[in-house]
Amino acid sequence: MPVHPTNPESSQGLAARPEHSANSPLSIHAMTVAYHRKPVLWDVDYDAPPNKLIAIVGPNGAGKSTLIKSCLGLVPKASGQVEFWGQSYKQARSRVGYVPQRESVDWDFPVSALDVVCMGRYRKIGWCKPVSKKHKEAGLRCLDQVGMHDFANRQISQLSGGQQQRVFLARALAQEADLYFMDEPFAGVDAATERAIVQVLRKLKEDNKTVIVVHHDLQTVSDYFDEVILLNMRVVAAGEVNEVFTSENLHKTYGGRLTLLAEAAEAVARASSGSN
Amino acid sequence: MSTPNFQFDIGLDLFPLLAATLAAVGCGLLGNFLVLRKLSLMGDAISHSVLPGLVIAFLIASTRSPLVMFLGAAIAGVTTVLLVELVKKYARVEPGAAMGVVFSALFALGVLLIERAAVRHIDLDADCVLHGQLETLVWYGAPKGLGELFHPSNLSEIPRQIYVLLGMVVTAFFFVGLFFKELRIAAFDPALSTTQGFNATLLHYLLMIFVAAATVASFEAVGSILVIAMLICPAATARLMTDRLLTQIVWSVLVALLCGIGGYIAATAVPAMFGKDAVNAAGSMSVVAGGILTIAIIGAPKHGLVTRLSHSKKLVRKISIDDVLAALYRAEEAGQTVTTYSLKQALVGRAVDPAITTAIRDNMVERDQYGLNLTPTGRVSASEIVRKHRLWEHYLVENAGFAPDHVHDTAEQLEHLKTQPPAGPTTDPHGKSIP
Repeated sequence: MPVHPTNPESSQGLAARPEHSANSPLSIHAMTVAYHRKPVLWDVDYDAPPNKLIAIVGPNGAGKSTLIKSCLGLVPKASGQVEFWGQSYKQARSRVGYVPQRESVDWDFPVSALDVVCMGRYRKIGWCKPVSKKHKEAGLRCLDQVGMHDFANRQISQLSGGQQQRVFLARALAQEADLYFMDEPFAGVDAATERAIVQVLRKLKEDNKTVIVVHHDLQTVSDYFDEVILLNMRVVAAGEVNEVFTSENLHKTYGGRLTLLAEAAEAVARASSGSN
Repeated sequence: MSTPNFQFDIGLDLFPLLAATLAAVGCGLLGNFLVLRKLSLMGDAISHSVLPGLVIAFLIASTRSPLVMFLGAAIAGVTTVLLVELVKKYARVEPGAAMGVVFSALFALGVLLIERAAVRHIDLDADCVLHGQLETLVWYGAPKGLGELFHPSNLSEIPRQIYVLLGMVVTAFFFVGLFFKELRIAAFDPALSTTQGFNATLLHYLLMIFVAAATVASFEAVGSILVIAMLICPAATARLMTDRLLTQIVWSVLVALLCGIGGYIAATAVPAMFGKDAVNAAGSMSVVAGGILTIAIIGAPKHGLVTRLSHSKKLVRKISIDDVLAALYRAEEAGQTVTTYSLKQALVGRAVDPAITTAIRDNMVERDQYGLNLTPTGRVSASEIVRKHRLWEHYLVENAGFAPDHVHDTAEQLEHLKTQPPAGPTTDPHGKSIP
């Protein structure tokens, strides 16, 4: 889909909003999401700056995955709106990539690593057309970028957890999107995969993409990300890592959980002493 | 395929065989996606709950025309899927329970409706739903020879069910062929599918409509038992034979063909050989399908029980040999003599005798008058195992925080893995040199 430069005034509901919404790859306005009438996300407002690596952190059940899913229309919103470059998700769909949690799919499924990566290109291929050689080659290049070229024809259950995660990442690359959502890509991966993911994130940033990552490891937030969203049902704080990733904000986000707080304090100390 | 008492009769046998095989192939093809989505029971559910749909459609339209029956079944199929989702969500039960509740309730409703209809002298029979009426598919104007098979005057006598089934199979192939890519992504990763604009829920309902249509088309001829068997068995068999979806689909169609033809022969020709009457062909096909699945479970090349057992047996044997070699190596280091007896005492729980026999046969170990010794080849393998063991011990103490006196057992397991421990250290935590 071609990119239409959108005039902020022309799109609905933007007039009274902060200045850069139309340039912002993602702007969430007053979004509330509920499961069984219990709110999971409450009145979330957020404008993502372009070309940044953004972490979403927060305790279990804070609504991190739900935030991503409701932006992508996978979970219905109770109220509020989400815009991508000032457009609706339907209009911007082909510019938005998604890496779901690894556990969300059945890895015994009879497909090869390359088959999975090519799924990232289905929108480009379109309805009812087979996956052509051109798209398979593009898929192979993406596998190459995550160091998985040699595993292209493996059935996916024969890959290790880290390798599976890299296949998912390659699939996201194959989408050639401008904004990516990644749900816990670092969860339970080996050191080699973690390095590969970080490399890919930096490469994406170099290519002017924006990446929003649900992240669970507070220790690495300041090493890997530019921006952070501290989430616990509502946005506690959001902005540049060295401004908002403070022990006070972490305290607000994580409440009184001692072990986590100790970890957080350590992370903040690390961030302030030797960030990059 | 003539036998002493059985003669294939075009008029009597061709259409039942054709109908059953077509039903098997159509259901077998669609079943792939049910099995992959772990929704096999949904086939069961739909094939039962189309009954009230059929009866209601019949009561409203007073005709058994295929279009009316199809509409009734399709609506019932989609209603089933919706109801299952609702029960799952609001009764908070597992999917299997939700399907069980919905289809048993709907099937019972169908039976009640049939009873009411029977009061009004309308001919519908719940038994036919289970077993079908294959034997009624007689070709009255059957040609005498195969040469006249396609003579126009004969074609007009072909029963309606054959056309309906043929239409169903062609449409099902067309559907799967056209939407192969979409069905695959929606089954594997519904979230990604939906975000890319291939609405997984929509595709799911589309698939369910096809399952309902295949069910109702097959129903009248072969009954719901065969429908359920064919929705599950060919696909499950095919899944064991391959790790690629396209190959799996080809396999499932072949298995369905085999079930159809093999089941019919088993129902007609085999009893005839023993001078008995033919049995219900649909039932026999379901039994054949179950038999084929059993064979695949046991003997499939990669996922079969035999292969898996022999793999694990091989592994156990290899571990025993590795342990024998390592024990001999350590004894050599310490300057001790090893006998079969002392090995057995050191390696409790291992099959020491067969391991020694194999090691001697493979020229790894030799026996002299004092005991067992490593050959030069054996020593190379043994040093590799001991090296791995000691490197793992080093790693566990240095990197994983184990106490030095607690690492032996863990290293004993790790040494048999293919994964290599990080190289570098020259002595293990107990001060022994790493070969």
